Amino acid sequence: MSTGMLILALVIIFPLAMFVGRTRAGVLNRGSQRLHSRPVYHGVYLALMAILPALFVIVVWGVAEPLIINNSARGELPQTVLDLPVAEQNLVMGVINNLADGYNRLSDDELAQMRAGADGTQRMLAAKGIFLPSAPEPFMVDVAEHMASAKMTSRLLAALVSAVAAILGFFIGWRRIAPAMRARNIVERMMLIGLLAASGVAILTTFGIVMSVLFESIHFFSIVPVTDFLFGTVWDPRFSAPGREGAGQFGILPLLWGTLFISFVAMLVAVPVGLFSAIYMSEYASSRLRAFAKPVLEVLAGIPTIVYGLFALVTFGPFLRDTGGAIGLEISANSVLTAGVVMGVMIIPFVSSLSDDIITAVPRAMREGSYGLGATQSETIKRVVMPAALPGIVGAVLLAASRAIGETMIVVMAAGIAANLTLNPLEPVTTMTVKIVSQLTGDLEFNSPQTLVAFALGLTLFILTLGLNIIALHTVRKYREQYE
Amino acid sequence: MSDTVIPVHRLTADELSARTRRRYAAERRFRYYGIAALSFAFFFLIVLFASIVSNGWSAFVQSSFAIAVKLDRTVIDPDNTGDPNVIRAADYTKLARQALYERLGVDAESRPERRDANGLLSRGVDTQLREAVLGDPSLIGQTVSFNLLANGDVDALLKGAISRDVPEANRQVNDRQVAWADRMVEEGVLKKRFNTGLFTFGASSQPETAGLLVAIVGSFFMMVVVVLLAVPIGVAAAVYLEEFAPRNRWTDLIEVNINNLAAVPSIVFGLLGLAVFINFFGLPRSASLVGGLVLTLMTLPTIIIAARAAITAVPPSIREGALGVGASKMQAITHHVLPLALPGIMTGTIIGLVQALGETAPLLMIGLVAFVVDVPSTPLDPATALPVQIYMWATSAERGFVERTAGATIVLLGFLFVMNAAAVYLRKRFERRW
Repeated sequence: MSTGMLILALVIIFPLAMFVGRTRAGVLNRGSQRLHSRPVYHGVYLALMAILPALFVIVVWGVAEPLIINNSARGELPQTVLDLPVAEQNLVMGVINNLADGYNRLSDDELAQMRAGADGTQRMLAAKGIFLPSAPEPFMVDVAEHMASAKMTSRLLAALVSAVAAILGFFIGWRRIAPAMRARNIVERMMLIGLLAASGVAILTTFGIVMSVLFESIHFFSIVPVTDFLFGTVWDPRFSAPGREGAGQFGILPLLWGTLFISFVAMLVAVPVGLFSAIYMSEYASSRLRAFAKPVLEVLAGIPTIVYGLFALVTFGPFLRDTGGAIGLEISANSVLTAGVVMGVMIIPFVSSLSDDIITAVPRAMREGSYGLGATQSETIKRVVMPAALPGIVGAVLLAASRAIGETMIVVMAAGIAANLTLNPLEPVTTMTVKIVSQLTGDLEFNSPQTLVAFALGLTLFILTLGLNIIALHTVRKYREQYE
Repeated sequence: MSDTVIPVHRLTADELSARTRRRYAAERRFRYYGIAALSFAFFFLIVLFASIVSNGWSAFVQSSFAIAVKLDRTVIDPDNTGDPNVIRAADYTKLARQALYERLGVDAESRPERRDANGLLSRGVDTQLREAVLGDPSLIGQTVSFNLLANGDVDALLKGAISRDVPEANRQVNDRQVAWADRMVEEGVLKKRFNTGLFTFGASSQPETAGLLVAIVGSFFMMVVVVLLAVPIGVAAAVYLEEFAPRNRWTDLIEVNINNLAAVPSIVFGLLGLAVFINFFGLPRSASLVGGLVLTLMTLPTIIIAARAAITAVPPSIREGALGVGASKMQAITHHVLPLALPGIMTGTIIGLVQALGETAPLLMIGLVAFVVDVPSTPLDPATALPVQIYMWATSAERGFVERTAGATIVLLGFLFVMNAAAVYLRKRFERRW
């Protein structure tokens, strides 16, 4: 029985146990003593008593089982394999794992064939949807057989133990149901724990991001020195062919430059357009225009980035190239300008909606003072409103910049592939996000620096955007406090 | 000590009015900048939609031949076994071609003529006939009318993507094929019909048999996972933070965390999914369950923030009223605050779903870029997602895929539009002013 089935069983048990508990409490209620809690709380109490211990068993089992089984399988490997480097041992373990999975799907005939070490084993398994990287050796089949039977036993045991836990929990819960029991308080405490746990998921996610990216990055830096990564000016991660030495060069500088260059062009578009839109909407526009324009700008933010990428790829890039050709400029279809301008349009709403809020938050008295001195509206905006709103606007711009740096699909589709240290916006450059995608799609050979570098790039990206976000959120918050 | 005399320069009336004019001109210019900025954004939006629609509308029709095909028993199931395996293995392409030869009057002895005629049909016709026969074996032996898919090149010819002015040698369809196609069009046999295939096929290397079904089902599974996980967790977290959390460091940490998570680049969530769900927990690559989990983590901050806003908007008097008549705090929240906050929570949820449905980058990391022909039946089967399908089609070279890419984009935008409209409707319908 798989874990999913067990959990499904618990989902079915829950309402049943709840019904039983409620009925039981209802029966008790007819006695002389009044119930402390309403029957429904007794029901929920009994249901929780029935499923929580079993759920605990299932979760612990699910984490521990693979560790224990893998360890014991490793112990059965012949000495020749144990002498191999860890990476190759892992490869062997991978084959064994796949073989063990296959045991459940093969018929007895096919199993006998596999034990006999027939040639067609690999093909036979592939037909069942199990792909082996290499033909299994006899010792692998043996270990896999043990593993498969261990897994079967473990599954059965898991089902048994969780069933016992569920029954025990149910029984204890049943015994405890009494008029005086404070079922509501217990259930509410459980709910509170559940709420607390839910709010912890956000922390857990951040923790997961940091750990996964950091862990693989450390792995990467054990192969490629940190200094080569941070200060290298050449990006050339050759996928090492067999018999070829050297992992290639992993200098991040060309990628970092490409990222910053495209983001800079994007900001050149987004900041003026976004800011002037915000000013116009908050200071000049009639309420009807505002009611129309604000949602339309938000549509820009709601369009998936893949659509912008497609637009840049099939329409805007060729358009720029052709116009460039017409006036004698050689513009590559996937130039910095293409990706930058389209990305700029994408982040206009990020700049404008936040700036709009911030400009509106500037107190009316300041404007009125300025008008009273005879300033025109634009003079008031330039001399009074803008300086007052500046910190908040800087925060908005920083937030938009962090969006631009982390943006992926537009650059994957519309920016270049080759790492290029250039100052010319008409040439293509590539970015960190593009390289993360290109290093991790396609056939993966984990543990090679070519794929691990994606995590190092991810770490850089995370730190960069996190830094910008923290500064931005801090300035925006400080600004808000100033006028509240 | 002499007083410094500030020279007073009195402006003449002319100078004054000149200055005023200048200032007013500056005022008007400033206004125009704002209008220009807004117009730029609107213009770009219009161009964007126009470009997608003009590229993509033709993907919703597909050329096909309305031809009666004789489902010959001697070809499909000569021994009359009725065995599905025999029926499945039959040569349906032959049947389709035979029918077309008859309709066109092709000389069956002439090889080049036959080859050209074969070139008019899509390679997907055998699947078309096979599905029909497998679905209803009683059709064997009858003559049934089908809309046989035309080849992608013929489709391009009809849609004007292949020009007739190009010399024959450089054209994908030769003169004889053009003549045949024209005749069939005249006779009303070859026609552009609504492209049901776009919604019923999976991946294919031929544009005319490539469809979005796998992607739509995959995206649907992901949305289900997101709704099942992100909504309960998000609402629970919001309730805790708004109603129970004491003001302390831990709460501050959670809050800063949520705000920052909302701004973490989506691709980093993909890395998380790859490292944790696939490498650590060993979940299958290319499965929509993993995609759903990653998207759940991504949309969680959006939902938490929206739910908190909705909960704060419920006035304290409601809570106090409930507590006053003897409800516990948990009862006040579950019986009164949450139902009142529900419309706001649902609006926020839909906005989160919209965000999740359009997201591509993290899905590329966890292997949802696969060539999947079979429709996934569980969230653990290999699948793709709508935006990922757009990406895959956009990066393939054939002309037929360009139109399909834009067509798929229209479908995606259509879904997003419907969801947004639902959110707006909810907000308008249930908005309550206290």
